[in-house]
Amino acid sequence: MRRYGTWKYLLIFMILGVGIVYALPNLYSPDPAVQISYNSSSQSPDSNLVKRIQTILDTGDSETVLEKSEDYILVRTNSSDDQLKVKSALSNNLGGDVIVALNLAPTTPQWLANLGAEPMKLGLDLRGGVHFLMEVNTAAAIKNRQNGTLQDIKRRLREEKIRYSGAFVEEDLSISVRFQSEAVFNEAKDFIEDNYPQFLGSPDSKEPLTISLVLAELEIDQIKSDAIDQNLTTLRNRVNELGVSEPIVQRQGKTRIVVQLPGIQDTAEAKKILGKTATLEFHLEAQLDTSRTRKTSYPFKGQSAPSAELQDAIILGGDQVATAQASFDENGLPQVNITLDGEGGGRMHRATRGNIGKRLGVLFVEQKTRTKYKIDDSGNQVPVLETYEIKEIISLATIRAALGTTFRITGLDSPSESSELALLLRAGALAAPMRFVEERTVGPSLGADNIDAGILSMELGMALVLLFILIYYRVFGVAASLALSFNIILLIAVMSILSATLTLPGIAGIVLTVGMAVDANVLIFSRIREELALGRKPLDAIDAGYDRAFLTIWDANFTTLIVAVVLYSIGTGAIKGFSITLMIGIITSMFTAIMGTRAFINLIYGSKKDLSRLSI
Amino acid sequence: MIFNVDFMAWRKPALVVSSILILISVVSLVFKELNYGLDFTGGTLVELSYPESADLNSIRSSLKNAGYAGAQVANFGSNQEVLIKLPGSLSDTLGAEIITLLKSDAAGSEIDLRRIEYVGPQIGDELRDDGGLATILALAFMMLYIAFRFQSMFAGAAVVALIHDVILVLGIFSIFGLDFDLTVLAALLAVIGYSLNDTIVVSDRIRENLRSDTEDNTTELINKSLNQTLGRTLITSLTTLLVLFSLFLMGGEFIKNFALALIFGVVVGTYSSIYIASNALIIMGLTKDHLKVENVENPDHYDLP
Repeated sequence: MRRYGTWKYLLIFMILGVGIVYALPNLYSPDPAVQISYNSSSQSPDSNLVKRIQTILDTGDSETVLEKSEDYILVRTNSSDDQLKVKSALSNNLGGDVIVALNLAPTTPQWLANLGAEPMKLGLDLRGGVHFLMEVNTAAAIKNRQNGTLQDIKRRLREEKIRYSGAFVEEDLSISVRFQSEAVFNEAKDFIEDNYPQFLGSPDSKEPLTISLVLAELEIDQIKSDAIDQNLTTLRNRVNELGVSEPIVQRQGKTRIVVQLPGIQDTAEAKKILGKTATLEFHLEAQLDTSRTRKTSYPFKGQSAPSAELQDAIILGGDQVATAQASFDENGLPQVNITLDGEGGGRMHRATRGNIGKRLGVLFVEQKTRTKYKIDDSGNQVPVLETYEIKEIISLATIRAALGTTFRITGLDSPSESSELALLLRAGALAAPMRFVEERTVGPSLGADNIDAGILSMELGMALVLLFILIYYRVFGVAASLALSFNIILLIAVMSILSATLTLPGIAGIVLTVGMAVDANVLIFSRIREELALGRKPLDAIDAGYDRAFLTIWDANFTTLIVAVVLYSIGTGAIKGFSITLMIGIITSMFTAIMGTRAFINLIYGSKKDLSRLSI
Repeated sequence: MIFNVDFMAWRKPALVVSSILILISVVSLVFKELNYGLDFTGGTLVELSYPESADLNSIRSSLKNAGYAGAQVANFGSNQEVLIKLPGSLSDTLGAEIITLLKSDAAGSEIDLRRIEYVGPQIGDELRDDGGLATILALAFMMLYIAFRFQSMFAGAAVVALIHDVILVLGIFSIFGLDFDLTVLAALLAVIGYSLNDTIVVSDRIRENLRSDTEDNTTELINKSLNQTLGRTLITSLTTLLVLFSLFLMGGEFIKNFALALIFGVVVGTYSSIYIASNALIIMGLTKDHLKVENVENPDHYDLP
């Protein structure tokens, strides 16, 4: 009865062993490194790139180690000073076909790496970096889509010779088409019902002789979701331009995107590239005979050239530009190659085939926000956020032939102009404008301080608690101390296995776990003391103590677990980090505080048959 | 440790003290409100580190001249660190603008950027709503679990104790005008967890004694249970406070208010599991009979027509 099953010891040793192995990589501090990869993700690094890098490294005086992997080449350095030197040397001399990024390379020994053991990831608050939260204006995406459909309906109605007296997109994003007579109205209604099934189930318009076209809820959701997916892709490309290792670009909730860029310090530059909250519109240039209500004058971007007039009808939007690349033509002159998606190509072809010799304008539409002050009901000035648009022409080129899915813009003055235009055209691939709703930047010095502070408070907290329980519970205190240390190892191992991210609140969670994990042992030991006071024999008292305390411990921990889960589900960075360590800590502490200490106590006292007193 | 403290002799004065404290807290929460941090108000925050001690007045005047009225400038942690807050600002570029401005002011000396935070107004509102919701959800889930594991009176008593703790900690933050940000909210939820822990341990003992003890007087029984668990309550509070103080002292500025909220919470939570939860049980009229029904089946039941 006193014997503690051998299998239990085995289980505990096994878990302890696995825990130590997977927690171990965290002891090896990472090397400051520079990571180099080709611009296009399909191209993996080759020996040619290694040679190019080696040549540049040889001219510098930093000690480096070069490693080639499947996706990138890693140059390890000895210090962060060297790292910055190597990075600037590489990015200045390697050329535009590669991305050079700072990274922290783990130094996990090979035998551990073979077991799949990796160190925990550090959060931005510990390693420095930027966190952005961007809100996607999905209503704009729907408006764009409706505008496109409106143009299409107008064209098809004209082709069918069905005359309409007015057609526009309403405030509520529905399309209204007005007609002169009942007969035409009915004809148009049948035609639209046959050709535009996405509007089935639209309610009748309140206006007479007007067809109202409302998108179905499902269709709207689809457009929104597409818009966010496309913005995600675009953002990922832009993040690549920034040269960041291990960036995170993720959807959050229905209309938001999170971007995390570890190691970035120049937030202004990052925002400039990410925040190019721009879309594109392709228009034909207005002719002399274009009616005044159908054209608008726009300025040129970044040039003092006089403005030009474009027709209001949009041929296509930036979301239909698949790629745009700067290159050189046969004569070595700069040009930009553009590829549209299939639908865009069709539209472009229809719009340009009858307009050869005329000019095609590309409008760059930027969404900006400014703060205005308004007087509210109680007479106070309140800031109000106002969104406004700036529309500028980035290209106005003569159409030489009917254009299709691929075409090029030539006649550019310099290579820098072509690459700028290509960048702007790619930037236009956002399906809907976005704006920053949250930004958190942590400088590298604060990150390092946070790690130090976190570790220091953990060490101090741990030392104080261990000291106290050793003095207070003596031999049983040794058991509890071992369990506590074991608990920290397991906690770190589980975090590493789950590749959870450690943040400063996460460290706070670990420290709090240290304080609270002792509770289980305190409960058990108090109970044992009570049983002893009631006159039970020592070994009976131990059994009774563990048995009777178990349910209490379970209830207490389970309810704390509920809190941790609720905390996690609120889902914001700081709180998430705290709740993850709290959750894992509760679970591991149940194991170590109950099974772990019991095994130890049994090892010491279990075999002594005539035990008269316990060191508790 | 064997205790024999007559806790329940003090139960009426304790009730009065708690009521007064709650009243003060509520009044302060209503009139002075919480000093919401950036997470909840929205706005911009910039933390900079100067090579020598920073001249706050010159920073203030240069910000004012550049048109950033309402900027709050203060030292943070040491006199080289400066924290600039612009609550309620709606532009996401202010942080970068301010840094450029101050860097040009301090030409020659290196200013180190520690952090920039920008929280848009709608995010602030959402975080506040989500935080409130999470607190209520946490309380509701606990109540359900305790009602299921113990008995509905225990659930009621535990929740009364938790609400007591939450209001008092919030009250302390309001009265002293401490920054209430997301980490403090997390701490508040952790307090709920901790205080509940305590309450459950005590309730568990009360239930055990109600079932097994021959003593019929509930107040006496509760007093006995409190004494039996007092050793454990004190030791656990002590170890938790030990780590919290080390977090408070060593964890850096960012963790300070988090640790502080938990320190208040642990103290208040320990008190509430002794006086509030038990008092609530007595006031609700808990007796032995309430627990007997759980285990004993009533055979007469089947005889009913």
